[in-house]
Amino acid sequence: MSTGGVELCVAELGDAGRPTVVLVHGYPDSKEVWSDVAVRLAEHWHVVLYDVRGHGRSTAPKPLRGGFTLEKLTDDFLAVIDTVSPDRPVHVVGHDWGSVQAWEFVTVGRTEGRIASFTSMSGPSLDHFGHWIKRRMTRPTPRKVGQLLGQGAKSWYVYMLHTPVLPELAWRGPLGKRWPGILERLEKVPAGDYPTASLPDDAAHGAWLYRDNVRARLSRPRPDAYAHAPVQLITPTGDSFLSERLYDGLEDWAPRLVRRSIPAKHWVPRTRPDQLASWIDEFVTANESGGRDGGPVQQSVAQSPYAQRFGGQLVLVTGAASGIGRATAFAFAEAGARIVAVDRDAEGAARTAEMARLIGAPAAWGEAVDVSDEAAMEKLAARVAAEYGIVDVLVNNAGIGLSGSFLETTSEEWKKVLDVNLWGVIHGCRIFGKQMADRGQGGHIVNTASAAAFQPSRVLPAYSTSKAAVLMLSECLRAELAEKSIGVSAICPGIVNTNITATARFAGADAAEEERLRKRSSRLYGRRNYPPEKVAEAILRAVVRNQAVVPVTPEARGARLLSRLSPGALRSVARLKPPL
Amino acid sequence: MTGSTMAVQDTNTPELRGFREVQRLAYACAEAVAGQLRSGVTEREAARMQRVWLRERGVRDWFHLPFAWFGDRTAFAGFKVPLQFFPTDRKLEPGMPFILDMAPVYKGFTADVGYAGCLGLNPLHDRLLADLEAHRELILREVRERRSLREIYEDVERLMTAQGYANRHRAYPFGVIAHKVDRVAERRWSPRVFGFGTQALKGLVSDALHGHRDGWSPLWSPYRFSDHPPQPGLWAVEPHLGFRGTGAKFEEILVVTDSKDPEQSAFWLDDDLPHVRRWAEEKVAA
Repeated sequence: MSTGGVELCVAELGDAGRPTVVLVHGYPDSKEVWSDVAVRLAEHWHVVLYDVRGHGRSTAPKPLRGGFTLEKLTDDFLAVIDTVSPDRPVHVVGHDWGSVQAWEFVTVGRTEGRIASFTSMSGPSLDHFGHWIKRRMTRPTPRKVGQLLGQGAKSWYVYMLHTPVLPELAWRGPLGKRWPGILERLEKVPAGDYPTASLPDDAAHGAWLYRDNVRARLSRPRPDAYAHAPVQLITPTGDSFLSERLYDGLEDWAPRLVRRSIPAKHWVPRTRPDQLASWIDEFVTANESGGRDGGPVQQSVAQSPYAQRFGGQLVLVTGAASGIGRATAFAFAEAGARIVAVDRDAEGAARTAEMARLIGAPAAWGEAVDVSDEAAMEKLAARVAAEYGIVDVLVNNAGIGLSGSFLETTSEEWKKVLDVNLWGVIHGCRIFGKQMADRGQGGHIVNTASAAAFQPSRVLPAYSTSKAAVLMLSECLRAELAEKSIGVSAICPGIVNTNITATARFAGADAAEEERLRKRSSRLYGRRNYPPEKVAEAILRAVVRNQAVVPVTPEARGARLLSRLSPGALRSVARLKPPL
Repeated sequence: MTGSTMAVQDTNTPELRGFREVQRLAYACAEAVAGQLRSGVTEREAARMQRVWLRERGVRDWFHLPFAWFGDRTAFAGFKVPLQFFPTDRKLEPGMPFILDMAPVYKGFTADVGYAGCLGLNPLHDRLLADLEAHRELILREVRERRSLREIYEDVERLMTAQGYANRHRAYPFGVIAHKVDRVAERRWSPRVFGFGTQALKGLVSDALHGHRDGWSPLWSPYRFSDHPPQPGLWAVEPHLGFRGTGAKFEEILVVTDSKDPEQSAFWLDDDLPHVRRWAEEKVAA
């Protein structure tokens, strides 16, 4: 279609009768950057993509200078949506410069009523950015100066693009040739049919996006750049070009703001299409259903501080019928994640799932599986993948206790502990980890080890051995899966008030003695009274920060410290008999 | 102190009628005040409403002054010192759970009741209330079996854990799930210490001294001093569930006698209370 002296290439997918979602690409890209996201969205929506002027198969304005102002880009956008969705407001999704443009679309008056929602990723409004800089320049506290310098350093390429001719030469020359390799190596963008052959021209023309707008807008930002549609902000936490701090105080400009964060680099439409599609889908749905009776509604995003990271993700927790596993399932549920609660105890797992739904999980399922049973785990993984999707966060938490001297521990008892505590984790990591790696869109594995992994003890030989193995397994796996953007964390709790003591085996004790020991140790743990909820909190934090080893409880942290500073001290502690 | 409740056999002695009357009065107060709670009412105001309501109906002394907890304070979130139990300026909001807890003394009889409710709809809170029923049954059954109070305490806690909840009565002084209540001498002047009536406290302390000699305690706790069979008398039982910022409890009097007949050895003083009626209605609806 032609508008304002240029020809725009527009592509449509999906059922044209459904609400329209418009995807706007960034720099140096063409609409093909969206290909993976678009096919996923097209299952439910009428998806429209177009090449921004001067990019892909759209023609460039003549002359280039002054042809890429945000006003002209808004004209293009209006022309596109008036054609594809003349009588219904559209949902806009923008990445990078597409998002910068779309901020302009949702904050200018002439599009009011034409936009139902806006999902922004990696592209701030230049006006908000201008105010952001001004606020920090006028009151330069050390923190604000730090933020300015941080973003200033990340914007090096913006300065480069302002030099005349050189960028064009570079893009049409060596940079254009090397770009796909750079993306693959530094940005972890999977190789394939992207970037397209038009890249050198796109990049050369697109330099005018910066030259025409950046200086003008940053020096004189509009004072009235308020969003008139609900905004969902998706922030990649590993973005090399944009600081997360840019979006501080964004609520002032976009009152109905939903925040999401995703551990990924800049090119999320290529690296995380599943997650993006599901968040866009959710946001569009929420604002479509609300649109009918009055103004659009913000969906009820869970109140937890982790909601922006885990909302809508699929989390599988083993040993979820009690203790740390259950508390972890609840903590993820509160953050709006979908939960698969796995446990031997079917009733307990179902109960966990039921309560999880009550506190904010959009969906939750209880599954009765013994983690030490490889075939059952394989089956579970196949069913989960088929019915609920690929697991985003896996928590291998199931474990059993075994106490007693080594000489009195039978090989049967050894086998049982290793089967659950170690093999359960191996099966989980192997089967679900493989699914995660094959999908290639990141994820996280949490293994519950124990402070016993680095604190030797004469009364816990088998248990400590199994947990030490889990700790080392986690460290090795972390090294291997790093290149797949899958994080691995080992959680090492100390004495936590759970029912592991009430079900523990005590080697060498008869039934009555065992019952007495269980009771005594349960009371001891009860008096220590460290709640499993705090361990769950540590698990969520570990996933967000991608921590490698996380000791929880003061005694675990102390033991971890001593194991490095003076292992001899730990060896003396190991000789003590607990007062049972 | 009369101590006459020790010999209670009949479920309808004037003695028990007196306790039943004050317990009903207290629950009527709870329902009346709960009905008046609106968005924006503070805990202090709710506590005052209970106090005024009961004073108007002849209550002059207290086992303890009325408490009111709103929102995550119903689960005693972050409670470290007992002073945090006292009502604050926390405002009630739509969907928030609340608990009213009061212990009036009326004509010399003491009641101690707890009423959990919610402003508007809250499916999670409904679930907690419904799950309390199992605890009422469990406690009565095990008291009739003459199990040690400490063991019953642990069984209740185990059931709460199985249900996925935290035991929040552990936050009460001494972690008690129940305490004895008794008749209180009517004095013209009964000062209060930290919200507790001195006359009633006197009774509790003297029970504690006697009990200490005889190996029992008027406080039903998780500790060794509660490792004894149920002591005849009236116990105000208050299992309190907590689940991530939502709490629910009931509190009512359990009569324990020294009868050999299990039915007579322990029974709830009154079965016509708001929470019991609610469970019955839910069963009919289902």
